[in-house]
Amino acid sequence: MFDYETLKVVWWVLIGVLLIGFALTDGFDMGAMALMPFVGRTDSERRVAINTIAPHWDGNQVWFITAGGALFAAWPMVYAAAFSGLYWAMLLVLFALFCRPVGFDYRSKLENKTWRSAWDWALFVGGAAPALLFGVAFGNLFLGVPFHLDEFMRSSYEGSFFGLLHPFALLAGVVSLSMLSAHGGAWLMLRTDADLHARSRVATRLCAVVYLLAFAGAGAWLVSSITGLSLLPGLDTGAAINPLTKHVVANNPGWLANYSHYPLTRIAPVLGLAGGLLALLGAQLNRAGVAFLGSSLAIVGTICTAGFALFPFVFPSSLDPASSLTLWDAVSSNKTLGILFVVACIFVPVILGYTLWCYTRMWGRLGDKHIQANPHGLY
Amino acid sequence: MISESVVDLSRLQFAVTALYHFLFVPLTLGMTFLLAIMESVYVMTGKQVYKDMVKFWGKLFGINFALGVTTGLTMEFQFGTNWAYYSHYVGDIFGAPLAIEGLMAFFLESTFIGLFFFGWDRLSRVQHLGVTWLVAIGSNMSALWILIANGWMQNPVGAEFNFETMRMELSSFGALLFNPVAQVKFVHTVSAGYVTGSVFVLAISSYYMLRKRDLAFARRSFAIAAVFGLASTLSVILLGDESGYEIGDVQTTKLAAIEAEWDTEAAPAAFTLFGLPNQEQQRTDYAVKIPYLMGIIATRSVDRQVTGIKDLVAQHEVRIRNGMIAYSLLEKLRHGDKSPANIEAFNAVKHDLGYGLLLKKYTPNVVDASDANIKKASLDTIPNVFTMFWSFRAMVVSGFLMLVLFVLSAWASIKRNAESKTWLLRFAVCALPLPWIAAQTGWVVAEHGRQPWSIAEVLPVHLSASSLAAGDVLGSLLALIGLYTLLLVIEMYLMIKFARLGPSSLHTGRYHFERDAVAHTAQA
Repeated sequence: MFDYETLKVVWWVLIGVLLIGFALTDGFDMGAMALMPFVGRTDSERRVAINTIAPHWDGNQVWFITAGGALFAAWPMVYAAAFSGLYWAMLLVLFALFCRPVGFDYRSKLENKTWRSAWDWALFVGGAAPALLFGVAFGNLFLGVPFHLDEFMRSSYEGSFFGLLHPFALLAGVVSLSMLSAHGGAWLMLRTDADLHARSRVATRLCAVVYLLAFAGAGAWLVSSITGLSLLPGLDTGAAINPLTKHVVANNPGWLANYSHYPLTRIAPVLGLAGGLLALLGAQLNRAGVAFLGSSLAIVGTICTAGFALFPFVFPSSLDPASSLTLWDAVSSNKTLGILFVVACIFVPVILGYTLWCYTRMWGRLGDKHIQANPHGLY
Repeated sequence: MISESVVDLSRLQFAVTALYHFLFVPLTLGMTFLLAIMESVYVMTGKQVYKDMVKFWGKLFGINFALGVTTGLTMEFQFGTNWAYYSHYVGDIFGAPLAIEGLMAFFLESTFIGLFFFGWDRLSRVQHLGVTWLVAIGSNMSALWILIANGWMQNPVGAEFNFETMRMELSSFGALLFNPVAQVKFVHTVSAGYVTGSVFVLAISSYYMLRKRDLAFARRSFAIAAVFGLASTLSVILLGDESGYEIGDVQTTKLAAIEAEWDTEAAPAAFTLFGLPNQEQQRTDYAVKIPYLMGIIATRSVDRQVTGIKDLVAQHEVRIRNGMIAYSLLEKLRHGDKSPANIEAFNAVKHDLGYGLLLKKYTPNVVDASDANIKKASLDTIPNVFTMFWSFRAMVVSGFLMLVLFVLSAWASIKRNAESKTWLLRFAVCALPLPWIAAQTGWVVAEHGRQPWSIAEVLPVHLSASSLAAGDVLGSLLALIGLYTLLLVIEMYLMIKFARLGPSSLHTGRYHFERDAVAHTAQA
C-alpha cells in the first residue's frame, strides 16, 4: 500500500472527488429547485420540474452526507474547526436542507394551493440557500477564517457570522449559486418539454452569463487584492504532525504560487470558463445535452480551481497562520486513511454503477401528461 | 475552559435532536422489512391486494421517512458544530464507521428508495422487489455502522491515545468492528425497529377492522405484522442488550445504576421491582425486591456478582488518582521531555488518563486537585440512578406488553378470528405508542447511563463540547425546537389523515371510501 505521505494526498483527491460528485448530482437538483418557482408557472409545470428529480434527490444528497462523513473520518480537525467555527452558517445550511425531504414528499399530498405554494418556496430555499452558502464558505477559505488552536488542539473561532459576509465571499457565493442554477436549468432542459423547457433554456442562458462574469470577476479580485498563505519548507510531510509545529507566512499574492510552479494546474480555471461558455452555447442552440455537459465541466473546473490554489491548505486561519489546517497535519492516522481508502475503492465504483442504472431506468422527458396520468402517486 | 452552561445546553440539544431523530428511525427500519415481505408475497402469489398493501403502507412509510432523513442531517452536522473537541479527539476512530455507513449503506438505501416509490411502471415485478429488498438491507446496514460507532462510545476498544497528535487513534479495525457491545446493540436496535413497524401496521389495521372497513386488506396486513412482530419481540427481549452490560467499566456502572444496586450483594443478587432510588443517601427507599432474579438476568449465572455503586465509586477514585499521574506525565511529554523512561511511564498509566480528565471540571491543571475535588469527581462517575432505574423499567414493561399483544394477535391470525375479538383490536390500537416509549427510554438508559463520559473511560462530556458562546447554543437549540415542533405537527397531520383514509388514498377505486362514492353515484 501507499506510504502515509501519499495517502494524505490521495485523501485530498478523494475529498475533492466527493465534493465534485456532490456538486454534479445534488447540484442539479438544488439548481433545479432554485429555478422551479420561476420557470414553473402552473402547478402542473412545477410538479413536472419536481418529478424530474423525484427519484434521485435522496441518492444525490448522500454525496453531501458522505462527503461530510469522509471529512469527519479523514480530516477530523477540519470537520471540527470548520463546523464549530462557522456555526451559524452551518446551521443555516442545515435548516435550508430540512426543507428538501419534507418538501418533496409532502408538497403534493394535499390539493390546497397555499400549502403547495408554501412548499414550493421551501424547496426554493432548500435549493438556493445551500448553493449560495457553500460558495460563501469557499470564498472565506481564500480570505482565511479567524480561528486558532490551543496547545490541546482545541479550536476557537474569534469572528462573527456577519464577518463571513465579506464582499469577496459573497461574490464566491454568486459563482456557486449561478453555477448550480445553470446546471439545474440544463437538467430541466434535458428532462422537460413545452413552456417549462423554453423557460429553463432562458434561465440556463442567464445563469451561465452570471456565472462567467462572477467567476472571472472573483479571479480578478483574488489576483489583484488578496494575499494567500504559503507553507515554509522543512515540514516532514510523511510523519504524524502536530499542526502548530509548521511555519506559515502570508506571502502568496492571489494564491497564485501553485499556478506558477505547476503550469498544468491552469487547466482548471480554463475548464471552468470553457464549461460556462459551453453551457451558454448549449442553451443558445437549444442543445440540452451540450448545456448539461458545459455546466458539469464548469463545476469540475471551478472546484479544482479552488482546490489547486489552496493546496496544501484546506482551512486557512487569518488569525494565526500557523493554526491553518493543511492536508499534511489535519488528517487521521495512517491506519484509518488506509482502511477508508480500500473501502472507497470498493464502493465508489459500485455506487456509480447502480446510480447509473437508476438514472437510465427513470430516463425520459416528462410533461403535463405524465402528471395527469398519476396525480396521486407522484410528488 | 468552556462554561458549564455551554456544555449543558449542548447536551440538551444533542439529547433533544437524537431522541427526536429516533422517533422516525425505528419505524423506517421495521417498515422497509415489512414492505419487502409484503411485496415478496405479492410477487409469489400475484394477488393485487398485496401490491396495494405495499403501496399504501409505503405511503405512510414515506411520510415518516422524510422526517427521518431531515433529522438525520442534524446528527451529522452536530458532532462538528457542537462537539468539536470530541470530533478532533476521537474522529480518527469514530468518523470511520460514519464514512463507511455513507458509502456502504446510505447510498444504497437512498438511491433505491426513489425507484421504490416511482419505479413501479419502469421495472419488472422482480426488479422492483429487488429494489425494495435493497432499501431494507441498506437501512439495516446503516444501523449496523451507526451502532458500531455508538458501541465504541460505550466500550472504546481497538484505540490508543497518541500524545503527539493529542487524540485517540485506531489500533485495531477488527476490534472496532467486532466490539461485543456494538454487536448486541445492533441486534437489539434493529429488532426494536421491526417491533415498531409491526405495532404500527397492527394498530392501524386493527382500527380498520374495528370500523369494519377494507377487511381483506386489513386482515392480511394484521397477520403479517402479528407474525413478524412476534418473532421480533422475542428477539428484542432474548437478545436484550443487557447482555452487553458486563463488558467494560461504564457498562458495569450502567447496570448497577439500572438496578439501583448500592452495595455489592452476594450472588445472585435480588431484583428491585419497585423503589425510589435516593442518590444523595445512596439507598433505595420503599424497595420491593425479588430474590436472586437480577443476578440471573444480568450475569446469566448464579455465582457471579454484580458490583454495587459504592464499590464502583471507590474503584473510580483509584483510577482518578492514577489519571492525575498520567496527566502530569502527559504535560512533560508535551513540553518536549520525550525520554524513553517518560514515555514508558506514561504508557503504563495512560489507560486512566480519561479519569484524570474528569478533574478538569474542578481544576484546569488536574494535578493540583484537592481530595474534595477527587471525591466529587468519583461521585460524578455514577449517572442519575433514579432516571436509569425508571427508564429501564418503562422500557421493559412496554416490551412485555408488546409481547403479550403479539402472542394474542399471532394466535388470532392463526385461528382467523381477529376481526371478532374487539378487545384485542382495541388493545392493538392503544398499544401504538408502546414501541416509541420503549425506544426512547431505551436510549435514555444507554446514553444517560454513559454520563459523565462522551467516550467511556476516555473523554468526559464537559471537555467534548465546542468553544461556543452560551447564547449561540441557546439560539440554535430554540431554533431546532421550533422547527422540529412545526415539522412534527405537519407530519402527524399527514400521517393521521392518510391512516384514516386507508387504502382508499391509492385512488384505485377498490377501497371503502371510493366504493361508497361509486355506490352513491350508482344510486343517484
